[in-house]
Amino acid sequence: MATTADRDAAAQGKFRVLGTRPVRHDGIEKVTGAARYGADMLLPGTLHGKVLRSPYAHARIRSIDTSKAEAMPGVRAVATSADFPIIQNREVNFAQSLQNPRLMAENDLADKKVLYKGHAVAAVVATSPHEAEEALNLIEVDYEVLPTVLGWREAMKENPVLLHDTLTERMTVSRADPGEDTGKPGNVASHLQLKLGDVEQGFSEADVIIEREYNTQTVHQGYIEPFACTAQWMPEGRLTIWTSTQGIFGVRGNVAAILDIPESMIKVVPMEIGGGFGGKGTGYLEPVAAVLSRKTGQPVKMVMSRKEVFEGTGPSSGSFIRCKIGAKNDGTFTAAQLYMVYEAGAYPGSPMAGGATSGLSAYKLEHALVDGYDVVCNKPKTAAYRAPGHPQVCFAVESCIDELAQMLDMDPMDLRIKNVAQEGDRATTGVPHAHVGLREVMEAIKAHPHYNAPLGGPNRARGVATGYRLNGGGSGSSATINVLANGTVNVTTGSMDLSGTRVAVAMQVAEVLGLSAEDVTPQVVDTDSVGWTGGSGGSRITFDTGRAAIAAAQLAIDQMRDRAALLWELEQDDVEFVDGNFVSKKNPEDRFTFRELAGRLMATGGPVTCSAMDTQGGVGGALAGNIFDVEVDPETGKVDIIRATAFLDIGQAAHPSYVEGQMQGGTLQGIGWALNEEYFFSEDGVMANSSLLDYRMPTTLDLPMIDCEIIEYANPRHPYGLRGAGEHPIIAPLPALGNAVSRAINQRVYTLPITPGSVLESINERDANGS
Amino acid sequence: MPKVHVQTNINGTDMDFLCEARQSLLEVLRDVLGMTGTKEGCNDGNCGACTVILDGRIVDSCCVLGVEAQGRTITTIEGVASPEGLHPLQQAFLEEAALQCGICTPGFIVAAKSLLDREPDADEGRIRHWLAGNLCRCTGYDKIIRAVLSAEDIAAGRGDRSAASTGAGAGAADQRDVYND
Repeated sequence: MATTADRDAAAQGKFRVLGTRPVRHDGIEKVTGAARYGADMLLPGTLHGKVLRSPYAHARIRSIDTSKAEAMPGVRAVATSADFPIIQNREVNFAQSLQNPRLMAENDLADKKVLYKGHAVAAVVATSPHEAEEALNLIEVDYEVLPTVLGWREAMKENPVLLHDTLTERMTVSRADPGEDTGKPGNVASHLQLKLGDVEQGFSEADVIIEREYNTQTVHQGYIEPFACTAQWMPEGRLTIWTSTQGIFGVRGNVAAILDIPESMIKVVPMEIGGGFGGKGTGYLEPVAAVLSRKTGQPVKMVMSRKEVFEGTGPSSGSFIRCKIGAKNDGTFTAAQLYMVYEAGAYPGSPMAGGATSGLSAYKLEHALVDGYDVVCNKPKTAAYRAPGHPQVCFAVESCIDELAQMLDMDPMDLRIKNVAQEGDRATTGVPHAHVGLREVMEAIKAHPHYNAPLGGPNRARGVATGYRLNGGGSGSSATINVLANGTVNVTTGSMDLSGTRVAVAMQVAEVLGLSAEDVTPQVVDTDSVGWTGGSGGSRITFDTGRAAIAAAQLAIDQMRDRAALLWELEQDDVEFVDGNFVSKKNPEDRFTFRELAGRLMATGGPVTCSAMDTQGGVGGALAGNIFDVEVDPETGKVDIIRATAFLDIGQAAHPSYVEGQMQGGTLQGIGWALNEEYFFSEDGVMANSSLLDYRMPTTLDLPMIDCEIIEYANPRHPYGLRGAGEHPIIAPLPALGNAVSRAINQRVYTLPITPGSVLESINERDANGS
Repeated sequence: MPKVHVQTNINGTDMDFLCEARQSLLEVLRDVLGMTGTKEGCNDGNCGACTVILDGRIVDSCCVLGVEAQGRTITTIEGVASPEGLHPLQQAFLEEAALQCGICTPGFIVAAKSLLDREPDADEGRIRHWLAGNLCRCTGYDKIIRAVLSAEDIAAGRGDRSAASTGAGAGAADQRDVYND
């Protein structure tokens, strides 16, 4: 089969492999249905587990009677939180960590209280999923229903109903800092304050000050594959878990903590993952399936329904953000201030800190003050979602800047470029920016033909915005290279492939070894078979796992130089690796191609296998942006997207098609967040739209083609200059669409999603004000 | 629960199976017959991941009962490729990078196949309408639509007209017609 690599290879200058478009190695399995995802696992003798979930958003559990369910034919066992040793062994300690295993256990099976509609209460395992589901109806739970704390407003009012009796507010001044306990009880888990200079002074120097309030709603990642896993706990033996997750080592650690067993007792095998977007960094079913397998001695498979995914897994936070910016008449920012409240859901741990550190950081500010609050309420415990916490705050800041540009009668990109942070300028965290292409992306947006193209019709307008992610993350990756006798190479990692990272890592190995992408076979293996590797998140796999694979490949070259030296009776230093060939420095006539030398490994000391781990982290920040043209129907309020362009600084594209794919996919999710998606709750906290019909994600008919402009401003932290691609593209669509609609109807939009009804309200408001 | 004996034809092969009356065709395919290429995303007919062709029409197999397969002809993703090689759609999805996580891919390919079987030259607007019942959360649909257009060319033996499509491309085109189609 012809590959798209042929098409692009000629255009390549800098690299042989990077920047081309080979067919992904796992592609054939995925287009033929052969690839096996979480729910595709079926071991002989498998039993099926189902979860009973709370019908109330907030209630105390007085008692659970499982006897009738246990007596039902076909039912083999029932589990409750009493089966989790950590619930018995350890007190809740909110100070210990926002991700503490005791709280994770309670989220997987509620202990004394249920904290959201859909909170897991008990689980049944039976010979078929239908029987297990029927048995759920026979479990009797005696609830004492409590008043619902549905959102941040109720949670933060005076004398609120409390979700957790022992939760007190922590005050922190940096993202990594656990902070100090203020001793103040309530629903506020933490208050993060970031300060640069003196905002009061900064605002006093301003010619114009704008201050606005913004609201966003709870939204879901919307991965198409529901959570699914199978656990098999051999009597007296090890526990094996097959699961669809973003991080096998994370699952291993969490399950070990919740079940109070050593990690060495657990093997986690990754299935293909049908989308995660951050939401599958956290498991829910694995410890439950493990307990049920231990009780029955058989493998137990558990698969969530779509309703369970919406109601029982972590969405992203609803938010309230007040944004204040002061500027000189020429547009120079003098100060900026954010007050941001993020709903954490049932347990602490919203992505507020991510938003707080990044929200203003693309701009040069002498004076800035950010106050962020992590607030619990009776909604599902939030989980990461693509650039966690960034879209919300960016909607506020970039909408505010757009409105300021209109007040100052300035081009919105000119205003941004005037204030853009440069290398050495301090981010809101106080840390100076490294080498980031902020200005380059902004100038690319302004220079793009779309930026000045005619709109082509009435009721249309153009919106633009950028989205910055300050990404210090990166937890470590391992990689192993095996050289095969025919001159091909296997690269083994522990990085689940959500989006084409296998091929992107393999291409980096091919670049090092002078091979083609097709000569490198990537595989993702279980926790017993590769070194520790952090989860696939934080835009880090192509970067971090790539760096580990490059290091392993370089070790392989060194070993092969030894072998060539042996054959030529030289020292390693006398052999160099040039353009895919091993060459003798002493006698340039002596050379082996990679393949020739690979064929002689067995005769020169055995196969070459090299492993490396990369723990440096620090993929680094990057900027993305979007331009949208919209048309607003003044009669119905419906917003149509007429044209869309996405921008991203990727440093160096490994596989441009999959970089574009990230940009287009992030844009889709941002569009959904901006225009369609939200959890509708009844007053008592029941989600009213827990299906994919009513939680309406964008379809083929909602979107135009999404053009991509890849900016390559090399990242000095990667040998080939790569940055992350996964997260940034979701950020800017929210404000870019808000700005487009605001300009189309000549009335500012401050609340997402921008539904037809809300647009009509805005139009009416505009007309009532006579503007 | 008693089981029903069902005789059907799947991917050109006569088959029979036993299923409970309450089991969906999707459950039968996956859990009874072990054909897990057909995926479950919602189990209520809203995502299209379980799309199969039933007597020439695309259906969400989660919304069809297994017993309804009696005497019918079914094509699943496992029947799209032949021993000679991949279907042009499968080839185009690979070359155009029209998948990321891949969970929706079987549904899209089966749905698109049924379109191309009857309308081998469907245009972008028609393709967008036909595939509106299939959700993808990863790709933004751009590369999927381009892959279907490219598959039409591969099937017809035409040159690859999607060459301009892999990067920034046909952006200036106003997509409005799509909505009015």
